[in-house]
Amino acid sequence: MPPDEAVVLEAAPAHMELRASRRQLVLEAAGIAVSALGFGFVYGLAARDAGFSPVEVLAMSVIVFAGAAQFAAVGYVAGGLAWPGILLLTALLNARHLLYSAALAPLLRDRPFAERAVMAHLLTDEAFALAMAHFRRIGRADAWGYWVAAIGATFIPWNIATMAGVLVGGSIPEPNRFGIDVIFPAAMVGLAIGLISGRREIVAAIVGAGVGVAVALVAGPAIGIIAGGLVGPAVGLAIPAARAAERAPLGTGRSAERYAMPGSHFDDEERTDESRREDPPT
Amino acid sequence: MSTQLVLLAVLMFLVTYPSRALGLLAPAMDRLPRRALDYLQLVGPAILAALAAVNVMVVTTDAGPRFHVGLEWVAVGACLAVVAWRRNLFLGLIVAVAIAIVGRAAGIA
Repeated sequence: MPPDEAVVLEAAPAHMELRASRRQLVLEAAGIAVSALGFGFVYGLAARDAGFSPVEVLAMSVIVFAGAAQFAAVGYVAGGLAWPGILLLTALLNARHLLYSAALAPLLRDRPFAERAVMAHLLTDEAFALAMAHFRRIGRADAWGYWVAAIGATFIPWNIATMAGVLVGGSIPEPNRFGIDVIFPAAMVGLAIGLISGRREIVAAIVGAGVGVAVALVAGPAIGIIAGGLVGPAVGLAIPAARAAERAPLGTGRSAERYAMPGSHFDDEERTDESRREDPPT
Repeated sequence: MSTQLVLLAVLMFLVTYPSRALGLLAPAMDRLPRRALDYLQLVGPAILAALAAVNVMVVTTDAGPRFHVGLEWVAVGACLAVVAWRRNLFLGLIVAVAIAIVGRAAGIA
């Protein structure tokens, strides 16, 4: 598939040759794929532990294809949260994809509409990170690179691993003895860390957790989670932008660093004046 | 084999796909107010942290929800530390599970 040439990342530094960047992308994708395999496997275990059938787990992984939201749904379902609440929280949790989508739009606007529609379904934190880092290296878009990032590094490993997890999980007696019950909260905390890029996120997370627990003790876990998810960001926004110490907002090229191989994309000193979604060209 | 949650998966797709597609398919949609974009950026950490905290610190009994302190705190806290330090979620999960296994084998509930 030929690379896109209509759009050029003018702000990027000296560009790497396409073939070299693709080689690097494949290496990085392999690392992400291993991580997706491991994480997908434990998701399958957790989902099975919560009562999901293999068909339901597969449906979640293929149709929703959003690791954090899928993991969260395991908790919602296990906790008895009503579906409207699950959908509200899923929409909120996945709203960050709008930032990724908007950042990629100028780069991919010359691709056919149908192709972009499929690309959108496969847009995850990891796919964005790998693809955007690749685009930055070569200074323009490369659809081949996007598919490697979205399908090769995430979609295929994630789906294979979740099925393996849900199928193998059935043969594990007393799963809590093996720590299966801590996988869910540990994964939630770990994913939250991956989304933190400044003081506002830290405050939102701490307040979200505190409000969530306090409200849960009074009104039940489901209401607590919704309250924490809505109040936390509002309090986080109270921190003035000048004191937020924001280093790599979601949707910027620098945010890609958090998900892919640390240090492999660009130097920390590079483009220190970067602000939100500066990367896409005009 | 239950298939009830397949419908939930479809509904979750319907509320997820617009966020992924609006920017790519209708580029003007990225021009949300800065305040709204900032709020969106904070929603993820807040919800995930609330989920983890409620899952670990609140247990539901016949008498209603009550505060819980246990080995899970240590396991999840260790995962947090490992992910913050190494930026490796899978490693963090392994550490959390290992602590839970060892703790329970040692009789720490």
